Amino acid sequence: MATKAKTLSILDPALLGPALIGAFRKLDPRQLVRNPVIFVTEIVAVVVTIMFVRDLLSVPSEAAFSGQIAAWLWFTVLFATFAEAVAEGRGKAQADSLRRTKSQLVAKRLKSGEGMAYDTVPATDLRIGNVVLVEAGDMIPGDGEVVEGVASVNESAITGESAPVIRESGGDRSAVTGGTTVLSDWIKVRISTMPGETFVDRMIALIEGAKRQKTPNEIALSILLSGLTLVFLIAVATLSGLAAYSGTIVGITVLAALFITLIPTTIGGLLSAIGIAGMDRLIRFNVIATSGRAVEAAGDVDTLLLDKTGTITFGNRMATEFLPVPGVSEKDLAEAAQLASLADETPEGRSIVALAKADFDLAERDVIALGGKPIAFSAETRISGVDLGPRSLRKGAVDAILRFAGLAAANAPQAFNAAVEAVARTGGTPLGVADGNRLLGVVHLKDVVKPGIKDRFAELRAMGIKTVMVTGDNPITAAAIASEAGVDTFLAEATPEQKLDYIRTEQKGGRLIAMAGDGTNDAPALAQADVGVAMQTGTQAAREAGNMVDLDSSPTKLIQIVEIGKQILMTRGSLTTFSIANDVAKYFAIIPALFVVTYPQLNALNIMGLTSPRSAILSAIIFNALVIVALIPLALRGVSYKPVGAAALLRRNLLVYGLGGLIVPFIGIKLVDIVVTALHLV
Amino acid sequence: MTLMGWLQIGLMVAAVALVVKPLGIYMARVFTGERTFLTPVLSPVETLFYGISGVDRKREQGWLGYTFAMLAFAIAGFVTLYLILRFQDLLPLNPQGFAGVAPDLAFNTAVSFVTNTNWQSYAGESTMSNFSQMAGLAVHNFVSGATGIALAMALTRAFMRSGAETVGNFWVDLTRATLYILLPIAILITIAFMALGLPQTLDGSVTVTTLEGAQQTLAIGPIASQEAIKQLGTNGGGFLNANAAHPFENPNIISNFINIFAMLAVGASLVYSFGEMVKNRRQGWAILSVMGILLLTGICFIYWAETYGNPILSSLGLDPSMGNMEGKEVRFGQAATALYAGVTTGVSDGGVNGMHGSFTGLGGLVPMFLIQLGEILPGGVGSGLYGMLVFAVLAVFVAGLMVGRTPELLGKKIEAREMKYAMLAVLVLPLSILGFTALSAVLPFAVSSIGTGGPHGLSEILYAFTSATGNNGSAFGGLSANTPWFNTTLGIAMLLGRFAYVVPVMAIAGSLVTKTKVPASTGTFPTDRPLFVGLLIGIILILGGLQFFPALALGPIVEHFLMLAGQTF
Repeated sequence: MATKAKTLSILDPALLGPALIGAFRKLDPRQLVRNPVIFVTEIVAVVVTIMFVRDLLSVPSEAAFSGQIAAWLWFTVLFATFAEAVAEGRGKAQADSLRRTKSQLVAKRLKSGEGMAYDTVPATDLRIGNVVLVEAGDMIPGDGEVVEGVASVNESAITGESAPVIRESGGDRSAVTGGTTVLSDWIKVRISTMPGETFVDRMIALIEGAKRQKTPNEIALSILLSGLTLVFLIAVATLSGLAAYSGTIVGITVLAALFITLIPTTIGGLLSAIGIAGMDRLIRFNVIATSGRAVEAAGDVDTLLLDKTGTITFGNRMATEFLPVPGVSEKDLAEAAQLASLADETPEGRSIVALAKADFDLAERDVIALGGKPIAFSAETRISGVDLGPRSLRKGAVDAILRFAGLAAANAPQAFNAAVEAVARTGGTPLGVADGNRLLGVVHLKDVVKPGIKDRFAELRAMGIKTVMVTGDNPITAAAIASEAGVDTFLAEATPEQKLDYIRTEQKGGRLIAMAGDGTNDAPALAQADVGVAMQTGTQAAREAGNMVDLDSSPTKLIQIVEIGKQILMTRGSLTTFSIANDVAKYFAIIPALFVVTYPQLNALNIMGLTSPRSAILSAIIFNALVIVALIPLALRGVSYKPVGAAALLRRNLLVYGLGGLIVPFIGIKLVDIVVTALHLV
Repeated sequence: MTLMGWLQIGLMVAAVALVVKPLGIYMARVFTGERTFLTPVLSPVETLFYGISGVDRKREQGWLGYTFAMLAFAIAGFVTLYLILRFQDLLPLNPQGFAGVAPDLAFNTAVSFVTNTNWQSYAGESTMSNFSQMAGLAVHNFVSGATGIALAMALTRAFMRSGAETVGNFWVDLTRATLYILLPIAILITIAFMALGLPQTLDGSVTVTTLEGAQQTLAIGPIASQEAIKQLGTNGGGFLNANAAHPFENPNIISNFINIFAMLAVGASLVYSFGEMVKNRRQGWAILSVMGILLLTGICFIYWAETYGNPILSSLGLDPSMGNMEGKEVRFGQAATALYAGVTTGVSDGGVNGMHGSFTGLGGLVPMFLIQLGEILPGGVGSGLYGMLVFAVLAVFVAGLMVGRTPELLGKKIEAREMKYAMLAVLVLPLSILGFTALSAVLPFAVSSIGTGGPHGLSEILYAFTSATGNNGSAFGGLSANTPWFNTTLGIAMLLGRFAYVVPVMAIAGSLVTKTKVPASTGTFPTDRPLFVGLLIGIILILGGLQFFPALALGPIVEHFLMLAGQTF
């Protein structure tokens, strides 16, 4: 489902149609009251519409003006509701397809814990603790835990990833999600969530924004905007008194126009669209958050806890270097190590073969065809090798090789011991290579840090985020990898309790922590972290504990999540600044227009040279409405985030949205005025 | 504009810049309870006061307790002062035998002094007995200033502490502000003023024979001591009606300099104390820069507008080289008057050495606008600091979002609660200023108080409510404000400006003090750099400008354009 919806662009015609209908539906004041600024705009639009009707009946010559003002006020409201509807549009399409999947679900509920006898019931009848049978070709009817069997499952309905995954009872691969399909074999699943609260249900609710609650920052911003609205209400309402003193009667239509242009309709109209679009962006990154609050917290994260294995390193030790003893060339060592490793199918063994090929272009050979006798690797001997003519080549753990060569460590060549030590010091694993009782050298195996990860951590540091590597390794190994990967600090020999303690200590210092995890033993830490990202492949416990689920199960996703969180806040801040800065130009348009009849000298304030008082007022209100539409793409896309540090970001955004917000409306209102004048609208 | 004029302004900047650090550090020590060089002398006195009043100095209060203590103190002060004024004829030290003050005027005056406004609907020398001046008004000149300082310190502690509950003890802060700060400095200034020839006597008046041989009665009294605390506590209420334009209050350019310096010293130094106490001196300097830049711009603007003069007067043959000298003292000239006017409105003092109402349109606009910005440049003692911090909270909230984090100020997250209270505080100014002005502009019995017609009349009303709400106390002369309507509404405006503002501010303090301080990182928006200074200036100007631009356009701005067109009021 996700793949199709994902390709839809922001302004796809397929989305615009429903959005337009949605925009009108959202005019319902009961819905609009959640957005104070736009709600006020709607009330004013109603009042001006009444003025228009009154003008139509009593002074028809005035009606053209008040009618146009009323129309543009309604447009202002509509543009705002339209922005929200567009933002919701993409999610709606996804949610609809998810809901279709859900409605088809039936369950084979087992009659008792034992045996295969079952009733076929609708998935909605399932309760926690029910055990269901899911066979090849069936859809899993609800979220739960595999209690028996093993099966390959296609989870593309949730993750968009078509490669099947294995689910089996016990261990970290036991969680299954309702709506996914079993491809082969069968499993018994104990249902762990009530219908209506399953992962798919939560996903639908989230995507649709139906249960969307305002996030803390959104609430704070709404308070600011409502406060500003009140301030301008006071400024405009008292203006009629001040004007009366000066001998000017200012009509309600004109005051209403001034009021609406001053209140922050731009950010007010786009506020909810920004939040919805942010969540939507997260979903397109294949991350499901249980609340907007968590996404917002991601922007504030100070410390990132990352598992070493699989996140920072590939997770397998790999050969990176050949260290020969004097008298042996590096190439000879590589060849001996390669031959000795051909019978080793472990990733380490294969990495030696790969390194020999990469460094010295030594192709893989068939030792049996050469007449050799391979000695396969075993966990017991920790050695592999080949007997080839007079040569008996071996490679393996250093102590095992020494034993094979019949040497005590003290009698080994100085250079060999030095190389072993050097490798161990850097946190790597040394492997010895021997030919009979002659030691040839050492192969350096190490945990290889993923390419590019160092740059990501540097980026994070520039964002002001501390990275902490969590590993079960001993401190020496951990320190070596930490310095190579460029993390700020590490937690070695970490137990679940230690992780939890570390998070708590950091939080006491006022820091916000994000972490990614998948295992059941990660669950307490995931729950304690402010942002806990559980892997979709992880256990049910981990998925319940975290406040986000990464459907791609890629722990570096945390970095993108942080960026999206920051983008949402930045977009709000930038548009708020823009909106407030806009007001300066609007005053210069409207104030001279209001009083120029009483005080012709005030025309000196008409620095834009607008044609007439009425064209000035109309132009200001038209500009005010159009700017909302113009900014919808920005609100949906988000202000771009670059990890350059707060000061540089602020300077840039202040320049673009602050200074831009001051200047743009002067030009915009003038342009609209030219059009208004040319079309003789007033 | 002359070199001499610029030198006078520059000298003042230098003097204030020199004093903020030592005085700031001293005050920081006073309010963190550390030892100062005055401790050996004052500590026994302090202990005595606590002993008499039963204050446990170790017991701190939460924001509510602190606020209630402050309100209770203000109410008690108001009632006492009201009674003193009403019954001054029955009280001692009334050499001229003045009658008791009328109820509406007594209400207005009591509110005025309790709120640190010192709006004077009366002429001191013909209304107030020496007892009323010294035991009534002067007491409040001290304690209303000390209250402001105490409140600012409570808010400062909210930024200092992490995860705490209490913000200090109001009684201790009040006592220490009076005893360690205002009283010693006031004594020094009083001595300086006496040396400069200000009268300091309990006699009511002297009769002199003028050069023409006529007999003239000159009002005198304990002027030097009253003047000292009037400026130091940013009160501004003159002993004499002409305020600091009167030669007995402000005889020469040196006393004028001390006047202005005294207005700025404590308020500006408190900002330094703030930086010192939150352990970020750069933050203190950053806020001081905001205040300094805005205030200096205002002063220069007045200086320019007044020196530019009034083309109408020039066309009548007056020498244009002096600029607009209407309502100014020749012994001060343009620069010292502009400096005084800018500072007195920037700091919520309200004393004047020239008549603001006689300034040109634009020259008069600036003092009014400086008050409308919220009296934060550097504002009344204490009140300027907490007012500025509210703006900093707003600026950080709007701009802080632009760096992609929940906004923080000094490690304290600014969230919904803080925004709610900050907006409540912000609403007070436009509601009171514009609301009462609009009402008075249409009510016939209010309009009849206006001395001049046209837009200048509107400016008079606007200035009055601006001054009252901002707790400034200066006025555009011409408005006859001693009427029941104005005495009452201006009194309410003063109460709103002080208490309706400070309660939300204290709520912010109460909310912030409980929050854990977040350590700064490169992702944190730095609030102690020039960028923030620029941003805060922008927010203050835009927010202030947007609220009051329509009203100002109909008053001083149109007056300016009319003056250019040859019409005056």
